[in-house]
Amino acid sequence: MTPIAVMIGANRIIPGAGVVHPLGNIDLDPKAEKTLRRAIVEKALETLQTELTEQKLFPRPV
Amino acid sequence: MSPGLRAVHYLNQFFGGVGGEEKASEGPQVKDGPIGPGGALQGLLKERGEIVATIICGDNYFAERTEKAVEEVLQMMTPYRPDMVIAGPAFNAGRYGMACGEVCKAAQGKLGIPAVTGMYEENPGVDLYKRAVYIVKTSDSARGMAEAASRMVNIALKLIAREKIGRPAEEGYFPRGIIRDERTDKSAAERAVSMVLAKIKGEPFEPEIELPKFDRVKPPAAIKDLASAKIALATDGGLVPRGNPDKMESYKSTRFASYNIKGIDSLSSKDFEANHIGYETEFIDQDPNRLVPLDVMRDLEKEGVIGKLHDKVYATAGVATSLANSKKIGQGIAEQLKADGVDGVILTST
Repeated sequence: MTPIAVMIGANRIIPGAGVVHPLGNIDLDPKAEKTLRRAIVEKALETLQTELTEQKLFPRPV
Repeated sequence: MSPGLRAVHYLNQFFGGVGGEEKASEGPQVKDGPIGPGGALQGLLKERGEIVATIICGDNYFAERTEKAVEEVLQMMTPYRPDMVIAGPAFNAGRYGMACGEVCKAAQGKLGIPAVTGMYEENPGVDLYKRAVYIVKTSDSARGMAEAASRMVNIALKLIAREKIGRPAEEGYFPRGIIRDERTDKSAAERAVSMVLAKIKGEPFEPEIELPKFDRVKPPAAIKDLASAKIALATDGGLVPRGNPDKMESYKSTRFASYNIKGIDSLSSKDFEANHIGYETEFIDQDPNRLVPLDVMRDLEKEGVIGKLHDKVYATAGVATSLANSKKIGQGIAEQLKADGVDGVILTST
């Protein structure tokens, strides 16, 4: 879904872990899932601290 | 073609020769025959039609009491039994453009008389009236009068003759958002492939529908000190309290909601679910943190990585929501976040 975010002009974009569970993974046990979620959120916070002059699609965190 | 087209021409105080800005508050008056630019129109019409009357009205008069002014203008034109109303062209004059658009729209709607006007693309009248009225594209000043008049007369004659009016680019008017079926010799598949090939090669191509235009917002400055920042969570994945008590829309949203998560360390499936027809919500229903990562954010807050997790989570369902409503919703959420001193937002999209 990131191409849509790019098209409409979102500035800080990171890919999630899947449309039906952007911040999860049903194939992982709860603990591993939370670790994954934390990795994505930390990446998101990193983008908020990144100076930008134009929109950027950041690479997949994990 | 119908001989003896009777046209009434609408002008503002300036083009009507009444005066400049100092006469902008003058009410409407009617004169027989063409006045000012009407001469150019008459010259192009030749024996195919006649400008039987010209109605001149001050731009401020019209802007300040539009409903009344339109009524007066329509009443003035009726005795002339017009087949056609031509307004302007208004070029880049905003109040004039609005008046021209309104007069044409009213003539069409209330008197059933076809109408045409002309404006420069930045005239506010364009966006407001292009769907209702044929507005030909003009330059930004009266130096483009000849071309404007030519386009307007062309459309006027076709409207009267009930001839098919060609595409906006061909006839020189602003796209009206009308989609019309046509027969062509190339199948849709062939046309689509041609477009894709052109796009890949970086060559120009004409889309068959008008594409929405997305603006760009300058990226806000980065957060310098995350440890003292207030971060909020938001989503367009349709997060709602179990049972959807606020009856939030599951698609074509017109509003958003905020939920107080003060003191809550994790989103529970007992308390929240996803209300969104655009994706299978089962996994979010099982664990809403998979949509709105409250559990992780709360940890990060306790560890001091972020200063504070904002007490409110914002949510709406994004699927099939119109661009206009999306803008409204986004702006509404942003206003509240700003008022609450939020420094950054993580929005989860599905």
